[in-house]
Amino acid sequence: MSDLTSLTLTRLRDELAAGRTTAAQAVDACLDRIAATEPRLSALLAVPADEARAQAQALDAAGPDPKQPLWGVPLAIKDVICTKNLRTTCGSRILENFVPPYDAFVIKKLREAGAVIVAKANMDEFAMGSSTENSAFAPTRNPWDTERVPGGSSGGSAAAVAARQAFGALGTDTGGSIRQPASFCGCVGLKPTYGRVSRFGCVAYGSSLDQIGPLARTVGDCAAILQAIAGHDPADSTSADRPVSDYQAAIQSRTDLGGLRIGLPAEYWGEGLDPEVEAACRGAIAAAEKLGATPVPVALPHTRYAVATYYIVAMAEASSNLARFDGVRYGFRDTEAQELIDMYVASRSKGFGDEVQRRIMLGTYVLSAGYYDAYFRKAAQVRRLIRQDFLTAFASCDVIAGPASPVPAWKLGSLTADPLQMYLMDIFTISLNLAGLPGLCLPAGLGRDSGLPVGLQLFGPAFSEDLLLSVAAQLESALPGLGEPRGLA
Amino acid sequence: MQFTPDDVAKIAKLARLSLPDEKLAAFAGQFNDILGYMEELGQADTAGVEPLYSPVENASALREDVVRKDFDRAEILANAPRTDGTFFIVPKIV
Repeated sequence: MSDLTSLTLTRLRDELAAGRTTAAQAVDACLDRIAATEPRLSALLAVPADEARAQAQALDAAGPDPKQPLWGVPLAIKDVICTKNLRTTCGSRILENFVPPYDAFVIKKLREAGAVIVAKANMDEFAMGSSTENSAFAPTRNPWDTERVPGGSSGGSAAAVAARQAFGALGTDTGGSIRQPASFCGCVGLKPTYGRVSRFGCVAYGSSLDQIGPLARTVGDCAAILQAIAGHDPADSTSADRPVSDYQAAIQSRTDLGGLRIGLPAEYWGEGLDPEVEAACRGAIAAAEKLGATPVPVALPHTRYAVATYYIVAMAEASSNLARFDGVRYGFRDTEAQELIDMYVASRSKGFGDEVQRRIMLGTYVLSAGYYDAYFRKAAQVRRLIRQDFLTAFASCDVIAGPASPVPAWKLGSLTADPLQMYLMDIFTISLNLAGLPGLCLPAGLGRDSGLPVGLQLFGPAFSEDLLLSVAAQLESALPGLGEPRGLA
Repeated sequence: MQFTPDDVAKIAKLARLSLPDEKLAAFAGQFNDILGYMEELGQADTAGVEPLYSPVENASALREDVVRKDFDRAEILANAPRTDGTFFIVPKIV
């Protein structure tokens, strides 16, 4: 074959296991592809080529291990996830030189599975953003059109996967940060149930919302990565102590969508939806019907409050979580300040970018005495109503489907001056995080006018990742593929 | 309420931030937009609804209280802007 990177992750895995290619060849193929595409994308913040090559050589010397399901598979990791002895910046100046002394739980699991980290992926600073333009280092560009954003905040992970810089990636999803970039870049992204994947070693943004998950080029590839990282971790008190399903088996067990009820919430399919997004997503629903699924109307009536609720909760948690960055134990310190408090203030003011400062301050405000009840407590109450909407809907359907974003990828710079307009773009992804439920985004097709990828989301009840993956795999095989990203041609 | 740059400066102080005047002015306008939008929440009927602060409502997991050594001091100090090899060094406090 001319280029190993054209293989899916699962196919590469099989080739490696059979000894038809080597880990070193897989790593080199990714490094070559990175060299060829990265100048146009800025998808990555670090490429530890020497370490990756050394790890691959060690794997090859030992030979394929059937107990390591990702043996020799090169992956990219969002730079919010701690990697031992490998700089982890969170896309922020304040952590520009931070080298974690430990691996996150998910990294430990990936290493145990035999995966090789070829890159740390670009992101909105501290995962705050929907376009990856808030990276302190460079905005990532969309492989389908390099004048457009890749989505965010896991935009680097999505762009890297779409551009075949790696066979899969980890992202994090606090309010859509895996699913929306997957939609914009034409890949598959899965946000697991809150608690399915340990957050230990993931730098916290909104602790009650954050969840790590895979991005990859196929549903099966996502399943393979999720299989490796899911599971209980005593170091994360919200981690679920329950068995992990066999996701590959779940995918293989389904041959059609007969009997499946797909809930279509009116709130996700109406006003404000770009016509080509609607057309592509309705096309995917029609394909599901051909496979035997039955669309049923459902209601998620509190969707209209989702953006306000989400941003209050997320900003409040952010203001608390980011208080730790004070220039004492790690991160940037302003050395001019002569007194302690001045040092905190100067370090944070110079180290954090605008969007991070905005969210910290709004979070500080909604938690402050006199406003707590009106904002934070009220949002937490509406949060329960939003979750109840889902529980009610799942009484009459098996999965819920809707677009991941009201519009395809927008042009760089077009929304940066108006933060509220950017927040409103998150309308279809954020409710799921508030409810703690799993969601998967897969390519529905290309916009008929723009030629840009459009993603369809599937939501399921808690811990139904196996169901979502099996349904998505059926849809994936019924829908025409998107082909190669046109922005790199 | 209508935020003025002074209001923003007060919040910044609470958050241990200090912003130049032009940023205070820009943030004041944006805060008015964002918090104005959030006022929509007031229309939601939440009478008698218990707040939901986390999808995992009983996260008080307990473990054995045993001493563990996960890191050497040098590893922990390695990322600090200033140390004396034993402690983190900060500017004077008073």
